[in-house]
Parts: sequence; structure tokens; C-alpha cells
Amino acid sequence: MLEIRNLQVSISTTEILKGINLNVQKGEVHAVMGPNGSGKSTLANVLAGRPEYEVTHGAALFEGQDLLGMTPDERARRGIFLAFQYPVELPGVRNRQFLKAALDSVREHRGEDELSVRDFNKIFDEAVQSLEIDPELIKRSVNEGFSGGEKKRSEMLQLSLLNPKLALLDETDSGLDIDALKTISKGINRHRNKHNAILLITHYQRILNYITPNQVHVLIDGSIAMSGGEELAKELEAKGYDWVKEDIRS
Amino acid sequence: MPKPAEQKQIQQYPNLREIYIALIRNYPSYKKYQSDYETFVSQINRSDPKWLRDTRSRAATRFQELGFPTANHGNERWKYTSVAPIAHSIFKYKPSTDTDEINLDDIRHSTPHDKEWTKLVFADGCYRQDLSHIHQNGTTIVSLSSCLKDPESRILKTHLARYADFEGDGFTALNTAFLTDGAFIYVPDGIESTRPIHLVFLSTGQSQHTASYPRALIMTGRNSKLTIIESYVGLTDNPGLTNTVVEIAAGENSKIEHYRLLAESAESFHIGTTRVNLSRDSFFSSISISRGAKLARNDLNVILGAPGSGCTIKGLYITSDSQHIDNHIDIDHATPHTSSDQYFKGVLTDQSRAVFSGRVLMRKNAQKSNASQKDLNLLLSDKARVNTKPSMEIYADDVQAVHGATAGAVAEDALMYMRSRGIDKHTAMSLLVNGFTSEIIDEIKPAYLRGFVGKMFSAKGNINHI
Ligand SMILES: Nc1ncnc2c1ncn2[C@@H]1O[C@H](COP(=O)(O)OP(=O)(O)O)[C@@H](O)[C@H]1O
Ligand SMILES: [Mg+2]
Repeated sequence: MLEIRNLQVSISTTEILKGINLNVQKGEVHAVMGPNGSGKSTLANVLAGRPEYEVTHGAALFEGQDLLGMTPDERARRGIFLAFQYPVELPGVRNRQFLKAALDSVREHRGEDELSVRDFNKIFDEAVQSLEIDPELIKRSVNEGFSGGEKKRSEMLQLSLLNPKLALLDETDSGLDIDALKTISKGINRHRNKHNAILLITHYQRILNYITPNQVHVLIDGSIAMSGGEELAKELEAKGYDWVKEDIRS
Repeated sequence: MPKPAEQKQIQQYPNLREIYIALIRNYPSYKKYQSDYETFVSQINRSDPKWLRDTRSRAATRFQELGFPTANHGNERWKYTSVAPIAHSIFKYKPSTDTDEINLDDIRHSTPHDKEWTKLVFADGCYRQDLSHIHQNGTTIVSLSSCLKDPESRILKTHLARYADFEGDGFTALNTAFLTDGAFIYVPDGIESTRPIHLVFLSTGQSQHTASYPRALIMTGRNSKLTIIESYVGLTDNPGLTNTVVEIAAGENSKIEHYRLLAESAESFHIGTTRVNLSRDSFFSSISISRGAKLARNDLNVILGAPGSGCTIKGLYITSDSQHIDNHIDIDHATPHTSSDQYFKGVLTDQSRAVFSGRVLMRKNAQKSNASQKDLNLLLSDKARVNTKPSMEIYADDVQAVHGATAGAVAEDALMYMRSRGIDKHTAMSLLVNGFTSEIIDEIKPAYLRGFVGKMFSAKGNINHI
């Protein structure tokens, strides 16, 4: 589904990603772990098409097609979804209105009919309920005045409605208390199926207690320093990232 | 030369002739003003009461002395808006008559309406009974032309031209010199006028370069309530000048909800003067929506004249092409325990320009008062410009006052966030702009007005240019 080949990325001449190779198949969950500043968000953002990054080398293919030449909205319509590490507030833009517009354009791209307001409201309300989001809160403008945890839930609400093929979850677990973490993990597991894929970016191993990844990659200083199965996450939790750094050096 | 039959009337209004002489001094096409003047005089009813004739005459003299305002000599009030395009054109006073064809459908399309509302329609400043509809509910709702002639109209004599001072303002003087028609609304003590009263001022554009001078006097008695909507609407693209003066006097503990919709044609000029005087414990809340006119000034002055009085003044202006819209708001905290809250938003595209200025004056005895003044602007083009100058003059020491202004482009991160959900750039932009404007539009209480304004902006697509 996603194939990344020797991807090198800079921000204003500073090289951040130094040659990433990654293959994610349908039905898989890949965890990308790494210390702060290692380039995890950069990887997710480049795949989603955020404009401030410069790809200096390499390629990224999504379902065999060159991803890097597409606009961010086209990528989203084709089925890529980025859950932002820091979701953006949209003053005056209501959640329902925003998600209806997003879903309309995604469905149009898939050749599906536009949902009636009634049908839309139905699936919206169901998703709000299952993610245990305060129905009053979600009447507000997108993310406006939301706490960190509420913003993360709101990202999950968008994920569950848009139902993307490839979800890039950038530290969706950060800043959540244990109950919220469980709710969100449940949402992710419900979304997960054999037709879609997830790139689960996290700083901590904690969320992997609830979501079992197919593979774990450790990103250090812009390169994937180590890859392995779910047990790698446990090892990292026990030994810390310094262990990987030392391991590379020797 | 006037015809002999009109000679006498001209004698009665010697100063009006001089207005035009003053007006034309600098402009070569004065002959047209001359004939315009003669027409105007011939149409004034000789039976008008003396006080009215005197008022007009004094206003005419004053206009002659003042002329149109300029930014010269440190005139802060007009620092960012030049009315030279008005002064350099010729606008003819041409009152519409009942025989002028106006299509009801045209009005329906271009103004908000609800059959529950009382509607007073004015065509180029003249009352059109045939197009109006009044729900009687204990409120006096009449055209000025119908009650000015009444020599018993003592209330008008006392209040008309009392709140809108023409001594210091050329446009108000000119409007007052031409004072013949408009609206008079009076809500008696204790009456809650729940149905909105809609004053529709149409610029018919039936001839080129028409000048109209709409006028309204709005008064509320003790413990009364009023919802009033003013709409200024152009029916054609012909250029014209609307120079309007609205006087509002709120009685003790009365509540006035006021809306002002500016949707004149893209080639027209609009000078709107609103003067509000508040009594003890009265409250004035106003929302102005400004879209139309090539050059427009919304000049609002509120005097918080007694303790417990307060106002909220909100506004939204949306400019495009080479439009220029100026909101000038002066608030006078003249007494203790008064409050004022101003909140304006602007969306500017193309090479348009907007001005937000004015002064909040907190006088020495305005203790325990509070004031806020805010103006936020969204610039959708590199060439659009806004001059925003909130300012406060505070002489009292026990007050709370805050003011601020911003101007900036649409946030890139917000755009990106929306696009990452599959929303194309154009739609994302319009959602963000609508989000920005909705904060003001959502505050409009009459549903039909809110719907009309919402549609006006989403259909007009302020973002088409991007
Ligand atoms: N907009 C930016 N401008 C300059 N440097 C940036 C920018 N964004 C990220 N960086 C730098 O790139 C590196 C990787 O950042 P990031 O991808 O956010 O890491 P992570 O998500 O793993 O914490 C860091 O050193 C960070 O300082
Ligand atoms: Mg990050």
C-alpha cells in the first residue's frame, strides 16, 4: 500500500530525514517509535503533503502511484489521513460542517453519492458516542477551546468518519489519561481491518499494550535504526532509546 | 433663471442657492447644480411649518460654510477616507414619485423580508406607501412627510435634528437642508414592539447620479423595546449618492436592537450618519453589515448620557474590487456606570480598502464604566489594505478599558489542516472565511435577516478571487 524508498527531506537546508525505506502492506499496523526530534512528525507530514518540507531525494508510492507530486487534498481524497500531533483550531468552522465537507469530497472521489444531511448526522452522532465525546463540545468550532485530549478524540472522530486506507497517527496517544487512551485504542482497533493500514507514530510503548503492531521501527536522527516485531517495543520500554543508539554505534 | 411663479419660494430659501454656489465654486459643471436646485425648491411644500423651514435654512447655511469634510488641518475623523470622488461628481436630487415603476420582486430579491415585519419602503428617500406594510401594535410608525406638515407635530419639532448636530458636519448639514421625508418611529412607555420594523431605503438608480437624503427619527419611551432594521439597497448599477441621517433617542430602561444592512450598488456612494442618545439604564445593541457601495462611511456616534446605559456595537464589512468602506464609531461615556463594547470584523479582497476608526471617550466622571473596542481583519489579497485605529481617551481613573486590532492573511496551518481532510483549497478558504464572518452573522436575531446576510456572503463568494 505504502512504499517509501530512500526518502530524504530537509527543512530550510537542514536535513531531517536521511534516507527512509519502509513498506507497509494492506492490513498491517506499523509502529514508528523514536525520541523527540528524531523526525517522526516530519515523516508523517511529508506523506500528508505539508508544504514546508523539501524532499531532496527518494520517492513515496501509495498504491503504486507517486504520492509526492499530489496536493494534500488529493492525497486525502485517495485515502491518506494524518492525525495531527497538534491539531489546528478552526474558529467559526463547525465540526459537522467541516466533516460533511470533507466526507463529501472523499465520497465524490470514490464515486459514491453525497450523504444526505440526515444520514450524515446519523453516522456522526454514532461516532461521537462511541468515542465518548461530549456532544455539547462537538457542537463548537473545530478544536476551538478543546483540551489536548479532546483534540485527539476529535482527530479520531474524523478518522472514523473518513475511513481512510492509510492512517498516519502522529502521537495520538500523547497527553491522554489511561481511560482516554483505552477509548482511542478501541477506536483504532475498530477501524483496523484487512483492507487498510496504519502508521502508528508514538514516543511511548504504552499504546502498544492495546494495539498490536505487525512491525516496529525505531527512528533515530532521521534514519530507521532498527526494525522488528512487537517485542522490540517492549525491549525499548525496558532499555530506552539510548540502547538503540549505542547498538548502532557498536 | 427660475420661472416667476417660483420666485417666492426661492426667496424663502436663499441659502439653498448658496449651498450650490459653494458646491460648484470648484467644479465646472455648476450649471447642472443650479437647475437641480431650482427643481428641489419647486418641490418643497409651502405649508411646511416654520421651524422646519428655519432648520433647513440654517443647515443649508452651515453646509455652505463647511463644505464636504477633508483630511486637511488635522481632521482625524476623515484622516483615511477622502470624499473627493463625491465632491467631484454631480449628484442630482431627484425624489422618486409614486408613479415610478418599482418591481416588488426586485425588492424581494434584494432585501431581507418577513411578512411578520413592518416594512417602510423609501425610494430615493421618498416614502412609498404602495410598497410598505405596517403592522399596528401601539407604536407610532409613520413617514416624516406625512407628519412634518402637521403643525401640531411638537415632538418632531423638539427632537428632529437635535441628536444629529449639523453644526460640525457637512454631510449632516446637507441632509438636513434637504429634510423632507423619512421615517418617524416612536414606541410609547411600556410597549414592547416585538415585530421588527424594517426601513428599506432603495436607491432606484432610475436616473444617473441621483442624490437622496433619507432621514429617520427613532424614539423609545420608558421600559419599552424596539427592534429596528435599516437596509440600504441599490436596485441598479447606476452610480448615486445616499446621504442618510438617523437619530435614535432611547428612553429610560428601554432596549433597542438595531441592524444596518448596506447593500448599495458597486458604483454608488453612501454616507450614513447615526446618532444615538441613551437615557438611564437603556441599552442599544447594533450590528452593521456593510457590503455594497464603492465608497461608504458608517459614522456612528453613541452618547452614554446617563448612568446604567450601555451599548454593544458590532459590525462586519466585506470589501472587494476598489471598494472603500469606512466605519467610524465614537462613543462618549459621559456618565458613571456606563458600558460600551465594540467588535468589528472585516474581510478584504482585491485592491479594496477599509477603515476602522473612532474614539472611545471616558470622561472624568465616567467612573465604574467599562469599554472595549476590537477590530479584526482578514486580508485575502496582497493589495487589500486596512487602516484600523481603535483609540481611547480616558480621563476617569476607575474604569476598565481594552482595545485591539489585527490584520492578517488566512492561517496557512488552518488551510493545510482542512486540505489534509480532502477539502480543496477553494472550499477550505470559503469555510474559513465563513467561519470568520459567522461570529458576527450568528448574532443577528431576526432569522430572515440572518439568513439573508448569510446567503449574501456565501453566494457572493468573497473568495472567488483566490
Ligand atoms: N518547521 C521546522 N523548522 C525547522 N526545524 C524543524 C521544523 N520542524 C521540525 N524541525 C526539526 O526537525 C527535527 C525533527 O522534528 P520532528 O519531525 O518534529 O521530530 P519528532 O516528531 O520525532 O519529535 C527536529 O530537530 C526539529 O527541530
Ligand atoms: Mg512529533
